[in-house]
Amino acid sequence: MQSVVFPNKVLPYLLLTPQIVLTVVFFFWPASQALYQSVLREDPFGLRSGFVGLANFRAILSNPDYLHSLKVTVVFSLATALLSMAVALLLATSAERVVRGRNIYRTLLIWPYAVAPAIAGMLWLFMFNPAMGTFAYILRRNGFHWDPLLNGNQAMTMVIIAAAWKQISYNFLFFVAGLQAIPKSLIEAAAIDGARGAKRFWTIVFPLLAPTTFFLLVVNTVYAFFDTFGIIHAVTGGGPAKATETLVYKVYNDGFVNLDLGGSAAQSVILMIIVIALTAFQFRFVEKRVHYS
Amino acid sequence: MTRFTWTLAATSALSFFAASNAFAATELAWWHAMTGANNEAVEQLAKEFNESQSEYKVVPVYKGSYPEALNAGIAAFRAKQAPAILQVFDAGSGVMLGAEGAMMPVADVLQKGGYEFKKDDYLPGIVAYYSKPDGTMLSFPFNSSSPILYYNKDAFKKAGLDAENPPKTWPEVFEAARKIKTSGAANCGFTSTWLTWIQTENFAAWNNVPYGTNENGLAGLDVELKIDAPIYVDHFQAIADLSKDGTFRYGGRTSEAKQLFMSGECAILTESSGGLGDIVKSGVNYGVGQLPYYEGHGPQNTIPGGASLWVFAGKSDAEYKGIAEFFHFLSRTDIQVRLHEVSGYLPVTMAAYEETKKSGFYDKNPGRETPIQQMMGKAPTENSKGVRLVNLPQVRDILNEEFEAMLAGQKDAKAALTEGVQKANAAIAAAIGK
Repeated sequence: MQSVVFPNKVLPYLLLTPQIVLTVVFFFWPASQALYQSVLREDPFGLRSGFVGLANFRAILSNPDYLHSLKVTVVFSLATALLSMAVALLLATSAERVVRGRNIYRTLLIWPYAVAPAIAGMLWLFMFNPAMGTFAYILRRNGFHWDPLLNGNQAMTMVIIAAAWKQISYNFLFFVAGLQAIPKSLIEAAAIDGARGAKRFWTIVFPLLAPTTFFLLVVNTVYAFFDTFGIIHAVTGGGPAKATETLVYKVYNDGFVNLDLGGSAAQSVILMIIVIALTAFQFRFVEKRVHYS
Repeated sequence: MTRFTWTLAATSALSFFAASNAFAATELAWWHAMTGANNEAVEQLAKEFNESQSEYKVVPVYKGSYPEALNAGIAAFRAKQAPAILQVFDAGSGVMLGAEGAMMPVADVLQKGGYEFKKDDYLPGIVAYYSKPDGTMLSFPFNSSSPILYYNKDAFKKAGLDAENPPKTWPEVFEAARKIKTSGAANCGFTSTWLTWIQTENFAAWNNVPYGTNENGLAGLDVELKIDAPIYVDHFQAIADLSKDGTFRYGGRTSEAKQLFMSGECAILTESSGGLGDIVKSGVNYGVGQLPYYEGHGPQNTIPGGASLWVFAGKSDAEYKGIAEFFHFLSRTDIQVRLHEVSGYLPVTMAAYEETKKSGFYDKNPGRETPIQQMMGKAPTENSKGVRLVNLPQVRDILNEEFEAMLAGQKDAKAALTEGVQKANAAIAAAIGK
């Protein structure tokens, strides 16, 4: 490949500036603040502070609540990612088969993605809140003991469904695009050889969708890890009894409710390490093993 | 070209500044956490104050629930964007008290506006609660409340209970709740808002048993909780037992359970007297009674709840003057009387209390004097002056988690309270840097 030389020495840097400024202001600066804060102990108002070394990290890692929160996060993220991807794939394959009004279905299915997480949370809360929710009344009337305010598993189910629902549209879009990229000739050839719908799907369509699926798996896990704060905040507030307190929610709760800023910053540093690890994993292993052609 | 642009920008900025100065009064942001009927009261007060003079303009801003408003205020202070007035709930008082230098005591604020803060004008229990150990009053007591019992008269009649005499002791409440449930008069017998504030903090004061060491934190920061004593264990076990068949229903950590009472779902509710405005609006045929107690322990006196208004240090003199004017306006007898009558919050001045009494309001509205009598009835003991912890909101969260696990049937009351006390003590020790 021929190397390209720009005649102007300044222009390339100038063109890069906006991106660099954004990254520095919105990523490097807050990240450095978190690192700095994580080795301090400070009163809520920031009037007095002192260096405590790694004491905050030691306190977190020896706290059983933190390990519990880690477990909650793993369960929540996997369930959310798998549920939203499974439903999206089902909808995408069904949308492929529809002939009339295909675009209308697609547009409608994309709508939930435009809903803000907190609002999505409120929507589900209004339906399933035990004090005023319509569906809560129906469930109870039919003899189902619905009480997510006390039952941790029910609360977890509720936030998983709300979080997955919001992400279905995004996954749907990518699956539709992925399906369109699969050559029709392959499927037709298999059909001529006598392969039925399910067989065609599992032996041809699903493997060829692998790049999309892996990409979505990472995106969805990251989404469930970090972008579902609004939903959890609106629906359960991390309760009952910490049953839905994910790591991100715990950072907020310890920092802004319990006013332990050092401990909260240390937790976000640990989260930062998790994200870096996830991303590195994605680039190193997942990307290499997936066929893109 | 550049110079021209600068001049133009400077001129337009100047003229804009001058123009806005000529028309707008000094704005005083008031961050609060009032919803429903109480939010209307806040808006109404600000409107009346703004219309009564033209120099200052109070702008109320709703900042979410009580804990959220406190956190918003703290975050704003750290970002040097603090509002003029911040409403902080009872449990946050200890947090604010720890921020020496960040706040201006209410007496100093009033002095800046040429007024004098006379402690004797205010209800003594409230003054004690919002003062430093040396007696300096720190915040302006805006909305003070005390927990009372609300009951649904229609459900009581249906269940064959005496609709004019609400149950007085906890065993009577539990008995009535069971009758309501079994007779089908309501889906649930009893519920309570704020389990921590009502069933532990006020429970301690009202039954004259310690909540924690060091006079529940009023005599010193170093506190160990005592709410795993047998009287608490028995009380919470009774509630846990009732919740098994739905006789007791849990609504949430703050005031959510009020909805269960207003919708007719639950027939008995313990809730702040400040919830009265919404309950009146809901149209439930309600009655009120004293907070229940245990025979042989209570009734002693309840401790003030609700919230007070805090003023940050480092504002301009003009702002302090405006805030002083506003506080003076709020403490006016006619304003206090009205606030008390529409919202159920206590009148914070003695004059307003006397005035309401004289007007015959309490004769026409039996039960409305209950929250004041509960608080003023007896001289407080070391168990009943109040509860003050540097991290009371956090301690409440820890206890709420234990109560939720208990009500879900994961543990009994003894285990929940023992573990709650252990975790809370560790959190207090960490918060005071021990």
